[in-house]
Amino acid sequence: MTVNELTVKYALTPVTVPDGEREVSGGYCGDLLSWVMGRAQQDNAWITIMSNMNIVAVASLSDVSAVILAEGVTLEQSIIDTAYAKGVNILSSDKGTFEIAAMIAADV
Amino acid sequence: MTDSLTFHFDVDGENFVSAGQASVQVKKNLRELGFPPEIIRRVSIAMYEGEINMVIHAGGGAADVDVFEDRIVIVLSDHGPGIPDIDLAMQEGYSTATDNVRSLGFGAGMGLPNMKRYTDEMRIESKVGKGTVITMCIMCN
Repeated sequence: MTVNELTVKYALTPVTVPDGEREVSGGYCGDLLSWVMGRAQQDNAWITIMSNMNIVAVASLSDVSAVILAEGVTLEQSIIDTAYAKGVNILSSDKGTFEIAAMIAADV
Repeated sequence: MTDSLTFHFDVDGENFVSAGQASVQVKKNLRELGFPPEIIRRVSIAMYEGEINMVIHAGGGAADVDVFEDRIVIVLSDHGPGIPDIDLAMQEGYSTATDNVRSLGFGAGMGLPNMKRYTDEMRIESKVGKGTVITMCIMCN
């Protein structure tokens, strides 16, 4: 399933989606950035509540398909702009990490 | 073939927000050179963890990347406080990072273990009060 399809099917909010046709395969939930880099796989959806600039670097370097911000977390505009420039897809949801993971698990 | 492409970066020790710029640039360079995605991922993550460590602990430093046809060598050097007990520092979960650093999502004690996990060889040379040099090698075959 692509990032765009995931966004529509689960009514996720697109924060910035520079590469919506990218395939999502599996997922990882976590807020400690080194755990994410150690455990997340390429093309995963990464679900987190972290909202600082470093999530863009971690998402880019880990090569995840999309970051999904849980709990209605919002980002500063400068982070959104950087994510777009680096081709990092970011979505958000008011739901919690567990709910989002459970919701999308069957499709990714 | 022994010729290599060499990239040098100065890592700013003051700025968490810009941390990772060198890693992102190396990722871009390797992609343009046509390296496989998984090799790029391993190099990028290992280097980023090293960069973050230099920002957290050493007030910055330097990163040098040598790209050969069959391997990529990353040398991270700093003039920070050094690592008194390398075996301890290599343990997953051991960290001396401050609460402020932890609130940013770092300091989980996974940096050095991740660097080892994603590289084929890693050597740490450290002198307390002098600094640390970490050499990592990733084979491309």
